[in-house]
Amino acid sequence: MAYIANTDDDIRVMLQAIGLDSLDGLFDAVPAEYRLKGPLQVPPALSELELTGQVSELLARNAGADRRVGFLGGGCYDHFIPAVVDQLAGRGEFYTSYTPYQAEASQGTLQAIFEYQSLIAELTGMDVSNASLYDGGSAAGEAMLMALTITKRYGRVVTASTVHPEYRQVLSTFLAEMEPQLETVAAPTGAVTADAIVAAIDDRTAAVIVQYPNFFGQLEDVEAIVAAAHARGALAIVIFDPISLGLLRRPGDYGADIVVAEGQSLGNAMNFGGPFLGIMGCREEYVRKMPGRIAGQTTDRHGKRCWVLTLQTREQHIRREKATSNICTNQGLLALRSSIYLAVMGPGGLRQAAELSARKAHYAAERLVSVPGVSLAFPGPFFKEFVIRVPGDSNQVLAEVGRLGYHGGIALGRWYPELKDAILIAVTEKRSRGEIDGLVGAYNEVVGRTTR
Amino acid sequence: MYKLDQPPLLFESSRPGRATAILPGSDVPDRPLDAIIPASHRAERAPALPELGELDVVRHYTNLSTLNMSIDANFYPLGSCTMKYNPKRNERLAALPGFSAQHPYQDESTLQGLLALLYELQGMLAEIAGLHAVSLQPAAGAQGELTALLVAAAYFRDRGEKRTQVLIPDSAHGTNPASAHLAGFEAVTIKSNAQGLVDLDDFRAKLGDQPAVFMMTNPNTLGLFDPQIGTIAGLLHERGGLLYLDGANMNAILGVVRPGDMGVDLMHYNPHKTFSGPHGGGGPGAGPIAVRDHLAAYLPAPIVARNDDGSYRLDHDRPKSIGRVRSFFGNTGVLFRAYCYIRSQGPDGLKDIARHAVLNANYLMQLVKDVYPVQYPGRCMHEFVASARTIARERGIRAMDIAKRLIDYNFHSPTVYFPLIVPEAIMVEPTETESRETIEAFARVLRAIAEEDPASLHDAPHTTPISRPDEVKAAKSPVLRWRATPTATS
Repeated sequence: MAYIANTDDDIRVMLQAIGLDSLDGLFDAVPAEYRLKGPLQVPPALSELELTGQVSELLARNAGADRRVGFLGGGCYDHFIPAVVDQLAGRGEFYTSYTPYQAEASQGTLQAIFEYQSLIAELTGMDVSNASLYDGGSAAGEAMLMALTITKRYGRVVTASTVHPEYRQVLSTFLAEMEPQLETVAAPTGAVTADAIVAAIDDRTAAVIVQYPNFFGQLEDVEAIVAAAHARGALAIVIFDPISLGLLRRPGDYGADIVVAEGQSLGNAMNFGGPFLGIMGCREEYVRKMPGRIAGQTTDRHGKRCWVLTLQTREQHIRREKATSNICTNQGLLALRSSIYLAVMGPGGLRQAAELSARKAHYAAERLVSVPGVSLAFPGPFFKEFVIRVPGDSNQVLAEVGRLGYHGGIALGRWYPELKDAILIAVTEKRSRGEIDGLVGAYNEVVGRTTR
Repeated sequence: MYKLDQPPLLFESSRPGRATAILPGSDVPDRPLDAIIPASHRAERAPALPELGELDVVRHYTNLSTLNMSIDANFYPLGSCTMKYNPKRNERLAALPGFSAQHPYQDESTLQGLLALLYELQGMLAEIAGLHAVSLQPAAGAQGELTALLVAAAYFRDRGEKRTQVLIPDSAHGTNPASAHLAGFEAVTIKSNAQGLVDLDDFRAKLGDQPAVFMMTNPNTLGLFDPQIGTIAGLLHERGGLLYLDGANMNAILGVVRPGDMGVDLMHYNPHKTFSGPHGGGGPGAGPIAVRDHLAAYLPAPIVARNDDGSYRLDHDRPKSIGRVRSFFGNTGVLFRAYCYIRSQGPDGLKDIARHAVLNANYLMQLVKDVYPVQYPGRCMHEFVASARTIARERGIRAMDIAKRLIDYNFHSPTVYFPLIVPEAIMVEPTETESRETIEAFARVLRAIAEEDPASLHDAPHTTPISRPDEVKAAKSPVLRWRATPTATS
C-alpha cells in the first residue's frame, strides 16, 4: 500500500457512494475472460529501507567516473556541475510540476523556458530556440525532417562519417520509411572537406549535416561546408558542442540554418546516457516549421508582461497527422538545469570550462604520443577530444588501462572497422594534471608491455 | 505558490564584471592559445551570457519556483497525465554516483549492477504487459509510438507485405496520428459510438483486407474501458494486422488485466505517468515498448541480455533491428525510478494502484456529475470526462473559466477541451495517491464555482501574479527570446 492514502473506512464510504460492495466491482467493464487470475510475477514489495539497501548494493557493482578516472566522451562528458544546479533543480515546485498548459499556475516554468530559449539563442548566435527536444541524436533527426519540409527536396540528405555514428543511425532509422536517401561522405583524415561535401550534393539534396567539433574532436572547415550547402540550395545543419562555444565561433556567425546539440554537458549528470537534452535553434524564417514546444512573451489582462506556450498550431495535439513532429514532451528539467548552469557560469565561466578542457586535452595528447607505439590518428586541429592509435587491439589495451584505474577512452572499431587500433579520448576541466600524467603512465605500462 | 510578482529576466539582472568563481586556473604547462586552436576557429569573445553572482542565481530560481503549482504542493488532477506522488526515495537513489556518474560507453564489466537492474526492468515490463520482449530505448511516449510503428513497418516489409493504413480512434491523443505519419503510414480516423467506445461498424468499414496497425488507447481518453478489444484484435489478426496499445492509461489496469492477454501485439509505457517518474515541468519522460515474440527481432538496438555465466551485456548484434531512435541507451534516469517504484509495490501493490486510482476517480465523478454532466456515464476507470456544457449554456461559464478559477483555490486545473469529441470537456484524473479529504474538498470547490458570478469567472484567476495572458498576441507577433535593446544600459 505504498503511497495510497485510503483507509479501510474510506474504502467503505467511497464504495458505498458509488454503489459497489467490493473494489473488484470497479472493473466490471473488463471482460472476465481477460482478467488476471493470479498475481503478476514480479518480486515482492520492498520497504524504503530494503529498497535503499538492495539498490545501493546493485550500484556498488558499477565503477564509473566515481571509481575510476574518466576520459570517456563521444557525446557524453564528465564536466563539472556546480552545486546550485542540483540544489535549485531539486526544488519540488520545479520537478513535480508538468507542462505549463495553464499559464497562471506555471509562470515559473514558463519564464525558465523563455530564459532557456534566450540563453541558447545567445550561445549559438541563432535567432530562436525551442523549449528542447529529447537528446542530441533525435534532435539531429528532427532537424533533418525539418529541412525536408522547408526545402521540399526529397531526394537526398548528405552527412559525413565524422558525425556521431549513433546520430547517423538515428538519421537512417528516421528515413527508413521515407523516400530520401542518406549519403554519408567518407573522411579518411578524420575531417571531412568542403570539396567532398560539394561532390555529394545534388539539386534534390535537402540538407548537409555536419558536426563541429566532429565525433573525433576535429575542427573541420565548417564555414566552407556551410557555404557549399548554400551554393546548391541545401540547408546547413550543424551539430555543435555547447561547451565549445566558450571558445569557438558560434554557428549563427558562420551561417548555419538549423543547429542541434546534445546539451548534457551543461549541468546534467551522465546517468548512463539519459535523460539528456536535445538543443535546437534555427533562423527566424523557419520557426513555424520547428518541432517541439516554444514559450513566448505576451501580456495579461492587466497589461503585465508574462509568458505562455505559443505557436501551438505546429504541434500534434492541434494538427494531429499534419504536425511538424510527433513530439509532445520536452526535456523540461534538463533545460532548466542547463539554464541554471549557464547563469551561474556566465560568459567567463563558460570560457574557462572550454579553455581548460582544450588546454588539458592538448597536454594529454602531447604526453600520450611520447609513449612509444602511441600516435595521433588525425593531423588536424581539435578541441577537447582526440584519437590515438595504439599497437594491437584497442579493446585489449583499454581493458588493461581500466584495471589500472582509468576509463582510458572509447574503442572506435565497433563503428569504424578501419579504426580497430584507435581510441577516442576526451579531457574535461575536471581532470587534473596529475590524473592526466597517471593516464599516460598507465598507457606506458600497458602499451610498453605489448610492444616489448 | 506564494503568488509574488515574477522576478526580472536573468539578462535584465546582469551587471558587467559580476561573476561566481567555479573553476580553478590551469595546472598544465602554459601555451599560447594559437598553438592549441587556430584563431580562425575561435570566437573573438565569449557569448554574451548574463553576468550574475551565485546568490542572484539562487534567488532568481527560488522565486521562479514559487510561481509554479506542483504535485508536492497542490492537488494536480490533470487528466491523461497521471500526476501521482513522485516518491522522494527514488530521487535520492537516482542521485547516487553509482548511477549518476556512469558513462554509456564504459566497459560492460564496470556496469554489471546497472545492467542487472535494467535487465530485471525489461522482464517486469514484459510481465506487466503480458508480452515477450522490451526495448527501453524510446525517450518518451510519442517516441515509443514511433518506434513501435517502425517495428511494425519492418515486420511487414520482412514478410513482403505492403500495408499502408494505421487506424486511429477520433478520441486518441494527437501523438498517435502524428507518429503514424512519421512512420510512413496513412492515418485513418475511426469514429466513436454513442457509448464513447470504438464504433465497430466504422472500424469494420475501414479495416480493408490489409490493415497495418490499429492504435488503441484502452482505457480510452474518455476514461472508459472498451470491452470490444478482443473482437477488434480478432478482426485485425484475421487480416494479418497488428493491435497497438497506447499505454498512457496503464495506471487503470495494472495487475488487473494484461494487454497481451487481450490480443495486443505491441505497446508503449509512460513510466513518468504509471511508474511515478517526476514530470519535471514538461519532461523528461520515457517510452519503453513491449512486443509479442514475433516482433522482437525488429526492436531497436541495444537491449540488455544475460550471458550464460550470469553476467549481463548490451546486445548490439540485432541484424533485423530498426536501428536507433535516439543516442545512447535510453532515458535511464526515468527508467531507474520506474524500477524503484515497481520494486516498492510488488504484485499486490501494483494491483492496488489500479484499484485506488479507479476508486478515487469514480468517487469524485459521483460527487460532481449532477453539476458537470458526464457524457458517457456509468463506471469510469482512472479518469472521467465531465462537461461544462450545461452551465455554459445556462450561465455562460465555460470550461476554461472553471480551470482558471480552480487556481484561486490552490487546485491545479484539470485538462480542458480534450478529448476533442466532448464539448467543453473537463478531464479529471485524481490518481491513487490522493486522499478522500482532498477529493471531497476539490468536489466542493468545483460545485461552488458553478454558482459563482460568471462575469467574475471570466477574469479568473484573481489571486495570481498574472491572469489571462493574451495568447493571440503571443502567436501573432512572436517574442521568443530576450534581446538587448539599444536603450538598455548596464
